[in-house]
Amino acid sequence: MAAESTVSKEVEAAAAEGLPQFDVSTFASQITWLVITFGLLYLILWRFILPKLGNPIAERQHRIADDLDTASRMQREAEEAERTYERVLADAKAKAHNVAESTRTSINAEIEAEIEAADAEAMVQAEKSEAHISKIRKAALSNIDTIATDVASDIVKKFTGKAPTAAQLKKILNG
Amino acid sequence: MANNPMEQFKIKEIFDGPQIGPIDLSFTNSSLWMVIGSLAVIIFLGLSARGKLIPGRLQSMGEMSYEFIADMLRDTTGPEAAKWFPYVFTLFFFILFANLVGMNPYAFTTTSHIAVTAALAVFTILLVIIAGIWKNGLKWFKIFAPSGLPLIMYPIIIPIEIISFLSRPVTLAVRLFANMTAGHVMLKLFAIFIAYLVGKDALSAGMAIVPIMGTAAIVALEFLVAALQAFVFAILTCVYLNDVYHVDH
Repeated sequence: MAAESTVSKEVEAAAAEGLPQFDVSTFASQITWLVITFGLLYLILWRFILPKLGNPIAERQHRIADDLDTASRMQREAEEAERTYERVLADAKAKAHNVAESTRTSINAEIEAEIEAADAEAMVQAEKSEAHISKIRKAALSNIDTIATDVASDIVKKFTGKAPTAAQLKKILNG
Repeated sequence: MANNPMEQFKIKEIFDGPQIGPIDLSFTNSSLWMVIGSLAVIIFLGLSARGKLIPGRLQSMGEMSYEFIADMLRDTTGPEAAKWFPYVFTLFFFILFANLVGMNPYAFTTTSHIAVTAALAVFTILLVIIAGIWKNGLKWFKIFAPSGLPLIMYPIIIPIEIISFLSRPVTLAVRLFANMTAGHVMLKLFAIFIAYLVGKDALSAGMAIVPIMGTAAIVALEFLVAALQAFVFAILTCVYLNDVYHVDH
């Protein structure tokens, strides 16, 4: 019970005294030191700490923006390069096609010319050969006459013992 | 420790200082804890301001607070109010750390005194008035007369607007002072109750577990209130700064 009465007595005393917060005599000192500490804190934060705290944030944002710009520029360049590559490739393809076409036509022309030349050569050779053959045939035919005359002359000689004249033989053989 | 729940708010002189007109330089426990709170802010933010492009843990905390206040000011007042940023930042951190260091046992909570909270509130409102007139001239007084009302409404609206404007520093000051005082009184009363129960008899001592748990819960709540009241003071400052830039509301 002693503790209880002490507590209630002290609470009553406090109520009688009033709140320390409303003790006007302390206000001047409180406000003076508030102005000093708050003012110094403001100056230190404003001049030294806040710029040091804020600069990396701004720098980081700039860096990110720059990097994004660079990335988009590089992408544009890559797209440009791809278009150039495709154009060059198409050009090369067209050129190769032209070359193949012209080569094919020139080769065809050459082959035709060769064939024609060969044909002409063959024709000449064939004519030559024909002429030769007909000469040989003529020669052979004239030999046959001589052989026939000789054979006939020999046959006549065997039968008659006397050789016929050439004129007689000729007359007989040809007629 | 005394059993008086108001004892913790008593201002005790540490060094006697000269009195120059209204300026009393006596260094009291209140002055000491203002210095401690400000030093704590400087140490925390000074250590976190490393200036590295890739922040560490401490720098991230500092940058988070920086961006938190910067976003609050930009969203509430607008981008043109960026030059107020150091003031709102200092205000928030001064109050936050005063509330937080005040939560330590045997510490003095400077923000539990109406003189301190009222000085901060009046200074903030005076800044709004001076900056508003500096920027808009006498047109600034249009904030008391919103445009687009029927003429007959103005005799009613203008006094209401003036009263609501003048009540701003009062509410700012009383809200912070009352929250801090009430929290600390409640903690003290629970502590006194625990001491009384423990000292009475064995059964009561066992029952003391209930106020002990209550005290733990209130300590957690008071940390929330400490941060919340600093935030409320800062965001209301941003709202009032709005009147500097947006006269036609």
